[in-house]
Amino acid sequence: MNVILISVLSLGGIGALSALILYFVAQKFQIFEDPRIDEVEAVLPAANCGGCGYPGCRAFATACVKAESLDNLVCPVGGAPVMEKVASILGKAATTITPTIAVVRCGGSCEYRPRVNIYDGVKTCAIVHQLYQGETLCSWGCLGFGDCVTACTFDAIHINPQTLLPEVDEEKCTSCGLCVKACPRNIIELRQKGPKSRRIYVNCVNQDKGAVNKKVCTVACIGCSKCQQVCNYDAITIANNLAYIDDEKCKLCRKCVDVCPTNSIVEINFPPRKTKTETSSNISITEQ
Amino acid sequence: MKTFKIGGIYIEEYKLSAGERTKVITLPQQVVVPLRHYAGKPSIPQVKRGDFVKVGQLIGLADGFVSANVHSPVSGKVAKIDNALDAYGYKYPSVFIDVIGDDWLETIDLTPEVNHTCELTSSEIIKKIAESGIVGLGGATFPTHVKLTIPAGKKAEVLIINGAECEPFLTCDHQLMLEKGEEIIVGVTILMKALNVKKALIGIECNKNDAIINIKKWAKTEEGIEVVPLQTKYPQGCEKQLIEALTGRRVPRGGLPVDVGAVVQNVATTFAVYEAVQKNKPLIERIITVTGKSMSQPGNFWVRIGTPLSHVVEQVGGIPEDTGKIVAGGPMMGRALFSLEVAVAKGTSGLLFIPSTEAYRKKVENCIRCSKCVFACPMGLEPYLLMSLGEKMLWEEMQKNQALDCIECGSCSFICPSHRPLLDYIKNGKVAINNIKINSNN
Repeated sequence: MNVILISVLSLGGIGALSALILYFVAQKFQIFEDPRIDEVEAVLPAANCGGCGYPGCRAFATACVKAESLDNLVCPVGGAPVMEKVASILGKAATTITPTIAVVRCGGSCEYRPRVNIYDGVKTCAIVHQLYQGETLCSWGCLGFGDCVTACTFDAIHINPQTLLPEVDEEKCTSCGLCVKACPRNIIELRQKGPKSRRIYVNCVNQDKGAVNKKVCTVACIGCSKCQQVCNYDAITIANNLAYIDDEKCKLCRKCVDVCPTNSIVEINFPPRKTKTETSSNISITEQ
Repeated sequence: MKTFKIGGIYIEEYKLSAGERTKVITLPQQVVVPLRHYAGKPSIPQVKRGDFVKVGQLIGLADGFVSANVHSPVSGKVAKIDNALDAYGYKYPSVFIDVIGDDWLETIDLTPEVNHTCELTSSEIIKKIAESGIVGLGGATFPTHVKLTIPAGKKAEVLIINGAECEPFLTCDHQLMLEKGEEIIVGVTILMKALNVKKALIGIECNKNDAIINIKKWAKTEEGIEVVPLQTKYPQGCEKQLIEALTGRRVPRGGLPVDVGAVVQNVATTFAVYEAVQKNKPLIERIITVTGKSMSQPGNFWVRIGTPLSHVVEQVGGIPEDTGKIVAGGPMMGRALFSLEVAVAKGTSGLLFIPSTEAYRKKVENCIRCSKCVFACPMGLEPYLLMSLGEKMLWEEMQKNQALDCIECGSCSFICPSHRPLLDYIKNGKVAINNIKINSNN
């Protein structure tokens, strides 16, 4: 009987003592964590892609809670709906986000930009880029080995086997910017998605003189500045023999698409034009 | 026989053009002289479109200290100054000159007599070398006058002349040593005077016995010059390995050869120094080896800088039929060409035709941890580890594993039984590490 009593008492005593110590230690070393961090994290997409600039969603949630305003904090994956939820949890004003999408600015498919040599080394763009100009004679354009495909965590970019150029899946692309960082030639750009996903951009990054790049690629921008002259909104700038359309100023009138002699300005998701005479009426519709 | 201790590989030599007397490639219709021959800044053009130039006239002035002058290799009219493709496929400013006749500057001494006496002082010699636009002709094309200018607080004790020519196929240095032995020895004495050293070692691999005999014969005439036969082992022609083979000293990690009191110059550079100092002739031509297993007549040729490679190929009898790949330089460190419309640069040492059966890489298999690459690496690195880190883009880990020490000799990729592209990943990692360094400094 005695044995049982002693064991129960001693074990119970040790238990009680430990509980007391643990209680005081927990009080002493308690770290206060804002419960809102968990709430914010719960509404984030949990993709941990790093597109926001923070290492993972938890870090972004912490930053959102700590920040005084949500001005520079945007989750590109979740976009406006997620940021509104975050703002309502934190009681701060949500920033207005214009939806963007990754755009591959190279139109040099096999048809327009012939392959002149065979590369049989390591098939990554980063290595090819530091080695030489690539399989075509264009030292600016897409190499086609798919570093962007490897980088994408959303399965939103793929190499088209016909053109050997990457194509972005509009449904899946979250414009996190991982492909932009992965591309050694800085071809991919995040541009405004545009109303009804309609957008116009210069599908080329070649900065060589027109006479030089016309020989290597038939759809290269030659910097002729015809588009700049025709643009009524001052949206097109020419620098280093290359046109660039400012997506904030562009009103999607498509005049530049018509005048481009090399077809290097492309329009995406526009309804097909019926006849030449009706184009002018189309423009007024899209402008509204 | 002497050699370096760590790593190295034995490769079949294929010195097909050994002993072929040098021939002269005739002048092309137009030369394209690159203004950037080295990892420094491009030179500033000194001529403009429509100017008439003579052979040896200055056309590009060095921009800064680590840069070299460029001289016109031909006489004629400047057609334009524009960007031209280099062997990498990237565009750099070049001077295009339409060749008219062959009119040399009067100041250049064209007599064949060897001039032994040099009255210039050390600084005058270095100035002369800088003016003549001489760069290291072994391949790295680092400006020679920079190498000869010893940093304050350090002292050169020995001059090392690199006649190893460890790359298979190439024989341009070998042939130069056979034909211009006397001039090379005079060049060595000039370099010794410039560096103010009393001792010079000429390292020649033992597969070039005739060159060793010839250089030894002329070396006897001068004091302090010793010819050292070396084992035939790749990459013995690399600066650090050559110093170790000849003096037994190892250049410290990240250090320069002068840290162990050595200055290394290639034999072709030595000959160029002789011509610049004694004959007043700037660096406007070099020997290149045109070779290949299927070539009927491999040979060594004197070529003016800026000659398009297509012209060279035409002169040597065209491309052999079964060619699958053309490499500028040797098979180990050379660079496959994408076009023959590339000009001969100061560092182009050879043109190698590889038959189509050998032109492609073999299928990449998994690493079997045989550690052959570790034993082959002359810098004592672990290439298999660096490659797997490179694949995962762990640049900082790569730096910790001394990726920047890699001399890019290609021994690891050559020896790998699984044909793994070790060097490709290490090179890529080096570029990435250097970019990180530059960004963090800014």
